Amino acid sequence: MIFIVLFLIIVMLAAAVSASIFKDLMNAVIASCLVSLIASILFFLLQAPDVAMAEAAIGAALITAVFVIAIRRTKRYEE
Amino acid sequence: MRRIISIIILAIVALGIALCVINIPFGASKTKVGNYYIEKGREQTGAANIVTSVVVNYRGFDTLGEVTVLFVAAIGVSTVLATLKKKTKKEVEPASLVLSTGCRFLFPLILFFGAYIFIYGHLSPGGGFQGGAVIASAFLLTYLGCRGKRISEKRSKITESLSGLVFIVVGLIGLAVGGHYFLYNFLPKGVLFSLFSAGIIPLIYIAIGFKVGSEIAGIIDKLVEES
Amino acid sequence: MNFMNFISNYIYYIGAFGLVFIGIYIILVKRNLIKVIIGLSILDTGVNLFLISVGYISKGTAPIFSKIDIGITSMVDPVPQALVLTAIVIGVAVLALALSLAIRLYHHYGTLNLRKIKEQRW
Repeated sequence: MIFIVLFLIIVMLAAAVSASIFKDLMNAVIASCLVSLIASILFFLLQAPDVAMAEAAIGAALITAVFVIAIRRTKRYEE
Repeated sequence: MRRIISIIILAIVALGIALCVINIPFGASKTKVGNYYIEKGREQTGAANIVTSVVVNYRGFDTLGEVTVLFVAAIGVSTVLATLKKKTKKEVEPASLVLSTGCRFLFPLILFFGAYIFIYGHLSPGGGFQGGAVIASAFLLTYLGCRGKRISEKRSKITESLSGLVFIVVGLIGLAVGGHYFLYNFLPKGVLFSLFSAGIIPLIYIAIGFKVGSEIAGIIDKLVEES
Repeated sequence: MNFMNFISNYIYYIGAFGLVFIGIYIILVKRNLIKVIIGLSILDTGVNLFLISVGYISKGTAPIFSKIDIGITSMVDPVPQALVLTAIVIGVAVLALALSLAIRLYHHYGTLNLRKIKEQRW
């Protein structure tokens, strides 16, 4: 059981580090969506189903959509 | 240069925080307020979901503050993007038949699912904010699937304002009728685990569900607008 | 054995503060405005994870009562969950407003590079 949590946290930290490394902004947004999704799973493992539902609906769907719409209206590549 | 200085400063701060966090035991009971809400929550509010009774009943004023913050953010997005120079409208190619039919078929199902989440908020995990987010993602689906269709802005603003008004009116009626504080639970508590129970909690969560859903749909509509 | 014990006690705190420090690093160092806003979102997620992991009680279940008696002995603290629910929704409101300001800035200056915007001075 502890190995599942360890694996998930390592993947989450790797996704957060790669969100800062990517030069293409779309890739960085998808990495931040992965961070939100794994945080939602960790909320469920910490016995908090309300918060897991809220984070999955808001953090992984609506925030990513708003970022993609904003990137479409400005530049796509970081200079 | 900037990178090295910031890494050094973050390392020092991380060392200080690690020395503090080591003393927080993981998995031990820390406060007594939680125990009080769990023991007395069922008979004082009548809701089976303790987190719902904390958010709406014991800490209802904080929820009013949060609804205000969301409202101010929606007004801010409308104001900042209002006077932008619009570029010329590009020719949008219409979506294929499978995509547009599928989106039109899924839209009322997702609305129904979101409404189920906030109506049963006091009996099972869920509530107003989660249901509102699901409703907003149903509107996002129509922007992605059936291209060229827009939400009528006037209707979403009317829904949002009326829902906020319902929240405040229910609180003021509680102040006038029963006890001596805002958001007093004045409706009968009912039988536990039935739909019409827990006083004013279902009313407030239905109002919050409509408000959050129409607000975020309005924000997305304002950001997408290209013509 | 000691290492396994240490990991199982503090792994959630290490994960949450790792996210917080990565978020602060992105805000301090990166030059593109949208990347700074992505860092703000990661910082927000890290703080929420820390708050929920403080309220966890060993061998406790979710704070929801059910009709059938399944032998619940102890429940998790419900107060941090109520606070984090509020914090998540406020996070999305702040991010939407910040992105609309970034769009406005791009239309005025023509670039999103913070060094170039600072040099322009009108």
